[in-house]
Amino acid sequence: MESLTLPGRALIPGNARGAALVSREPLSFWGGYDWKTGEIIDRRHDLSGAIAKGRILAIPFSRGSSTTTAVLLEAIRAGTAPAAILTTGSDFFFALASVVADELYQTPLTLVALDESDFARLKTDDELEVLRDGRVIVLR
Amino acid sequence: MTLSLLEKDRALLSGKHGAAAKMAMSIVVRMAEVSGADELLDITGAHIDSTVYIGNAGLEFAERLAGLGARVSVPTTLNVSGLDEHHWQEWPVPADWARQAYRQMAAYQSMGTIPTWTCAPYQLETKPVFGQQIAWGESNAIAFANSVIGARTERYPDLFDICCAITGRVPAMGLHLAQHRLGQILFRLVDVPTRLQERDDFYPVLGNLIGERSGDKIPVIDGMTVTANEDQLKAFCAAAASSGGVALFHMVGVTPEAPTLQAAFQGNHPLQTVEVGMQALLHSRRQLTHADGDALDMVVLGSPHFSLAEFKRLAPMVAGKRKHPEVKFLVTSSRAMTEFARKAGILEVLEAFGAQLTVDTCILTSPMLPPEIQHLMTNSAKFAYYSPGMLQKQIAFGSLEDCVNSAVAGRVTRDESAWSL
Repeated sequence: MESLTLPGRALIPGNARGAALVSREPLSFWGGYDWKTGEIIDRRHDLSGAIAKGRILAIPFSRGSSTTTAVLLEAIRAGTAPAAILTTGSDFFFALASVVADELYQTPLTLVALDESDFARLKTDDELEVLRDGRVIVLR
Repeated sequence: MTLSLLEKDRALLSGKHGAAAKMAMSIVVRMAEVSGADELLDITGAHIDSTVYIGNAGLEFAERLAGLGARVSVPTTLNVSGLDEHHWQEWPVPADWARQAYRQMAAYQSMGTIPTWTCAPYQLETKPVFGQQIAWGESNAIAFANSVIGARTERYPDLFDICCAITGRVPAMGLHLAQHRLGQILFRLVDVPTRLQERDDFYPVLGNLIGERSGDKIPVIDGMTVTANEDQLKAFCAAAASSGGVALFHMVGVTPEAPTLQAAFQGNHPLQTVEVGMQALLHSRRQLTHADGDALDMVVLGSPHFSLAEFKRLAPMVAGKRKHPEVKFLVTSSRAMTEFARKAGILEVLEAFGAQLTVDTCILTSPMLPPEIQHLMTNSAKFAYYSPGMLQKQIAFGSLEDCVNSAVAGRVTRDESAWSL
């Protein structure tokens, strides 16, 4: 087993561990994420059908509708959200859902931004550990 | 970069202005830090899109703020709700869903907001003015406020708009700042006949194309030979903000920050130039129809909400006619515009035609359509874009006149002459 450490920027710091679910395509959670089940339901997205609940979701950024935030917040409350989300920039819509979840339920969602070159090294099913300082440890 | 706060920001954050303002300011400040803003800006108006009921978390957020005594500090209008408060029982809206949606409406109304319940707040007397700093939600309204009026707002998500309205402060970033408002991609109309540009259905088709091709860049449209009216620009905004994330565009000679091509780009060169001819427009028009045949169960108009001018255009088209008995004909609008239309005697004409009206809401946000309705027709690119995925319905796109003619005929029929090469 090899291990690799990627230096990320903790947008919303936290610890998380889980199997990676990785796509290069942005995703709108409104019409793209079923917060009742955690399934990705955008049928044109390459992760369509995957269950993101409890996994570490890596997508470059959120796309489209401003209701993405509200849907992710519902998922956090319902326990169907990813364990953490990794992006390539600071995604305002994801960050807001995490900040509001912290205010309401004291359950912020861990968010980390990676450089594009580091993001490109992630693969679905990598075992990831996200640390509070933003480092992402990849085990494969 | 560190965020520097004013004394008044720290007062809000410390709870001096109450627990709700403290919670709202804490969210504004944390988001400003995440976005790398170095200060906050004053706003003087807000429009809240968080009003639509999605689930318990959104409702709990609204009721938490309301329960802590939240009051908005700037004039604040409300977007569509999940419910036509007075007429929802005419539709198959589940009663428990309606109760939750109503609680969310009541929570936002308790904060001292103006209960406009409309996605076209820019057509009300409370609309913003050129250069005004505002915090708006609702994608079509954001595009209109920024582009057509020249007010300044970022593309704010649900839940954040209300925090800005309570605190009167926003992160100093993005489209609030002049240097981020310059055009980036140039779309040049080539050989697009004036008679087509004069038609209402040209604008949703053009908007759909521009939205899809703009990505996260600010588009500039050059080569218009007519001056588009307010409702045409509204249809353009709704289209471009559905097929893409357009929050600001410039139309040379039409919108206020683009008196000239140079002004639209603030003297810079476009990153990219795209020629838009008839083939691309025809392709965009075809994209807006997702239907197999000409079956028709319902015509839906008013996305964004119908204006008085649109009611006035519709009335003579339907006067003295009667829609097909098997087809429903629905117009969605705001309370204010519907009242104007009533005073102008237009509602009687619509009723005689067999039209139904719904206010405060929209078929995309309220579970109001009965299951037997499968084939829709609309003049709105926004409805056309979202209906197949969100409602699982087939939808045909046409002009307002096509929609009326189809409702009478009982099947989708379109005048293709203006669109034939």
